[in-house]
Amino acid sequence: MEFEAIIGVEVHAQILTKSKMFCRCSADVAHAAPNTHTCPICLGMPGTLPVINQAAVEATVLTGMALNCTIPSFSKFDRKNYHYPDLPKGYQVSQYDYPLTKDGYLDVQVNGETRRLRIRRVHLEEDTARLVHEGDTSLIDFNRSSLPLMEIVSEADMRSAEDTYAYLVKLRQILRYLGVSTGNMEEGAMRCEANISVRPVGMEEYGTKVEVKNLNSFRSVRLAIAYEIERQIGVLEEGGEIQQVTMGWDEAGLRTVFQRSKEFAEDYRYFPEPDLPPLEIDQALRESIAARLPELPDAKRERCVMVYGIRSEDARLLCEDRATAGFFERAVEAASERVSAQTVANWIVGEVFRLLGESGQGIDQIKMQPEDLAALLDMLAGGTINATVAKEVLEEMFTSGQAPDVIVERRGLRQINDQEALSAAVRTALDDNPGPVAQYLAGKEQVLGFLIGQVMRATRGQANVQIVTELLRAELEKRR
Amino acid sequence: MELYDLTIHQAHELLARREISSVELTQALLDRIAAVDEKVKAYLCVLEEAALADAAAADRRRAEGEDHPLLGIPLAVKDVLTTRGIETTCGSRMLENFKPTFDATAIIKLRDAGAVLMGKTNTDEFAMGSTTENSAFFTTHNPWDLSRVPGGSSGGSAAATAAGECIAAIGSDTGGSIRQPASFCGVAGLKPTYGRVSRHGLVAFASSLDQVGALGKDVTDCALLLQTMAGHDPMDSTSAELPVPDYREGMDRSVAGIKLGVPREYFREGMQPEVEQAVRQALDVYESLGAELVDISMPHTDYCLSTYYVLAPAEASANLARFDGIRYGYSAPDAQDIWETYRKTRAEGFGPEVKRRIMLGTYALSTGYYDAYYLKAQKVRTLIKQDFDRAYAQVDALVAPTVPLTAFRIGEKIDDLLQLYLVDILTLSTNLAGICGVSIPCGMANGLPIGMQVLGNAYQEATVLRVAYAYEQATDWHLRRPPL
Ligand SMILES: [Zn+2]
Repeated sequence: MEFEAIIGVEVHAQILTKSKMFCRCSADVAHAAPNTHTCPICLGMPGTLPVINQAAVEATVLTGMALNCTIPSFSKFDRKNYHYPDLPKGYQVSQYDYPLTKDGYLDVQVNGETRRLRIRRVHLEEDTARLVHEGDTSLIDFNRSSLPLMEIVSEADMRSAEDTYAYLVKLRQILRYLGVSTGNMEEGAMRCEANISVRPVGMEEYGTKVEVKNLNSFRSVRLAIAYEIERQIGVLEEGGEIQQVTMGWDEAGLRTVFQRSKEFAEDYRYFPEPDLPPLEIDQALRESIAARLPELPDAKRERCVMVYGIRSEDARLLCEDRATAGFFERAVEAASERVSAQTVANWIVGEVFRLLGESGQGIDQIKMQPEDLAALLDMLAGGTINATVAKEVLEEMFTSGQAPDVIVERRGLRQINDQEALSAAVRTALDDNPGPVAQYLAGKEQVLGFLIGQVMRATRGQANVQIVTELLRAELEKRR
Repeated sequence: MELYDLTIHQAHELLARREISSVELTQALLDRIAAVDEKVKAYLCVLEEAALADAAAADRRRAEGEDHPLLGIPLAVKDVLTTRGIETTCGSRMLENFKPTFDATAIIKLRDAGAVLMGKTNTDEFAMGSTTENSAFFTTHNPWDLSRVPGGSSGGSAAATAAGECIAAIGSDTGGSIRQPASFCGVAGLKPTYGRVSRHGLVAFASSLDQVGALGKDVTDCALLLQTMAGHDPMDSTSAELPVPDYREGMDRSVAGIKLGVPREYFREGMQPEVEQAVRQALDVYESLGAELVDISMPHTDYCLSTYYVLAPAEASANLARFDGIRYGYSAPDAQDIWETYRKTRAEGFGPEVKRRIMLGTYALSTGYYDAYYLKAQKVRTLIKQDFDRAYAQVDALVAPTVPLTAFRIGEKIDDLLQLYLVDILTLSTNLAGICGVSIPCGMANGLPIGMQVLGNAYQEATVLRVAYAYEQATDWHLRRPPL
């Protein structure tokens, strides 16, 4: 029998805001010492009340818009009640029946095919504190308590681990494009839970759903889902039954393991949060948020191919994130007529990416300005420097942020095009190397490369190779 | 007249004329507390040193030319409002010795005005009750008859005001918790419109019903306290962004021509005859002052009690979830794991009435019961509010008894829960509708005060105060003091 998998995912993404969801504590807690970003509100002290962080609301609406969701004019917060030490109020302020945005979709490419994966809702809630277990005691770090969190719930439209992987990668890319989240799974800024069931192909009813948690990287998402699908198929093929349970991904054992039964589902007793007035997203606010919606990766990639005529694969690499695309576009805008957009693309995808990889920096962290890259490429195109020197200059630009002409002048790296000066260098090289000259004249033309190298060395690499080659041939002919 | 019997405005006059100092006034009250609080037991804690220091600071501010109606005025505060560094127990073992790190917004405003904080007054645990008998520490006694309850939950504040243990007091009203004890103790008690005074720092019982308010020896004092506490607070998103009018301006305008609604359903069968008689006589007074009385029907009045006892416990069940023994307050000492910590802490830290309401509320919100209880109650709440909307389309204010009876004996109703809940039957609707009301004394029966309430539409505190003030000017019930 053939089976198909039905997969839906819930993604929690930490929203990048200055302050927390309901208080004024700084949300920049990534490297802070425990419990240094707290106040009576995010500690849930008696008498405190939440105050909505408007920036978090707008970031959620912006995300909903980017995910093709509708934005209802009415939305509200609810209390989700349960006891746990990481939840200081004994309830989490979340959204139950009126999320900020709903009914969207995301188009992803899987094996060269476009798949439209529907999104049920994107809502806003507060994060819990972080528990740190040490021996038989547990400590609580409230820095994370009440950080703004977006929950993005997909429909069960995914059919494979690849679908899910593509969805998450695309989702993260969009979150980053919007600047609403770092989307960093390893740091917990993006967390994912998958609901997986399988059924025989052709069957209408859904199989029993299993929730898989503890997916801490894109890799583990892909592996865990693939594993869980196979596990469930195996159980069914042996005539067994799937239990409605929560499984965890065991990163070391590369398998899903039983966590708890869902037989006694917790009753969260949701009810409207009486401390907060309902949210009204009116036309004016909707428009002002829509105006902030940046060009999204798909559209940007298509435009780069259309407008700049660069190769599609380069466009994909350059549009991977907004900063790189921005760098590319600024460089192209600044570039002279004689520098093509494809040349700019080649240099970024090649040299700049290499330097970024080596330094571990992001393109938005480096000192080099895109306009300076354009100037460098213009010097190359105009023959002021040769390609070898250009790479060398680029390295210095990358680390120092200095303009290319400054570096070239200071280090005297201008290409030597002067016939007379180069002729002298060529003659010296030939005089100093009678052996190779003799070989050349005897018909072994490969030694020309060696002789070019000698001239280049003598001119500290600055000689115009083309001219040197011509001069060498002419001078050698004379000596024949 | 003794200094401790002064109203805010009387004391202010003497202070402004430098006939007395705030330190003298505060000392007079501390002496009074020393003399009578053993019998009344209004205070959970008296801040003797801090009060005298506050008073000295107020005297300095006055010497520097500052003035404010509350500058140097000794006030008592119900122990459900957070006070920085000062124990805030909510009348519960759960918060015994708990010292908040911040002042409630209302407290900040009162302190800024120069008020002297005398101490924290007794309350039913987490404001859940009508007698102070649910306080985890002790029961406050009615200054008019020490064998009787002072009402509640702001019973400590009402008794302290009546007994001259403070000049005036702050309370909170979730279903009548200011007006009902004011009625039992023969003082004025104002429950402002929901959203008029910030709830920041008011330890929540039922968030959509709670409101901070005032208890004073007369209507003017309530107006002065409201004036200082009212206004939008960025820390409370449910506080209204509306300007605060001058409540004393026009308070003395005649009520001639004003339309007063008399809600039929508030004169209930089985109410104490003297109460009905006193309120009917008060209505005669209004008529003689030129007010027009209009018979009004509030058809959903009978549903107030059940609506309230679904919604208030539902909200309370979440609000009180934070008391779990993990970070502050009582924590069961001998629990083995986290779940036992929760169970034991809450079993030992909360009193029976609080537990009862948490269970009621939890039940009402549970899957399968939510629609039948919580959702239905929200719908009925809307109907109750519509009763008031219809009434205020016809009249300027409503006049009714505050409580169907006078203060009863301590322990008398403690075992008859339904009888006890009925004590609040005439006050709950105000909170459900989110409107405002003031209770003032309007008679005596067997040596015990009778109260009536004037209810106004949302943000119509000025109207309510004006109507109450007119009655006060025409009568002298507010001048009586208990024979302590
Ligand atoms: Zn905080």
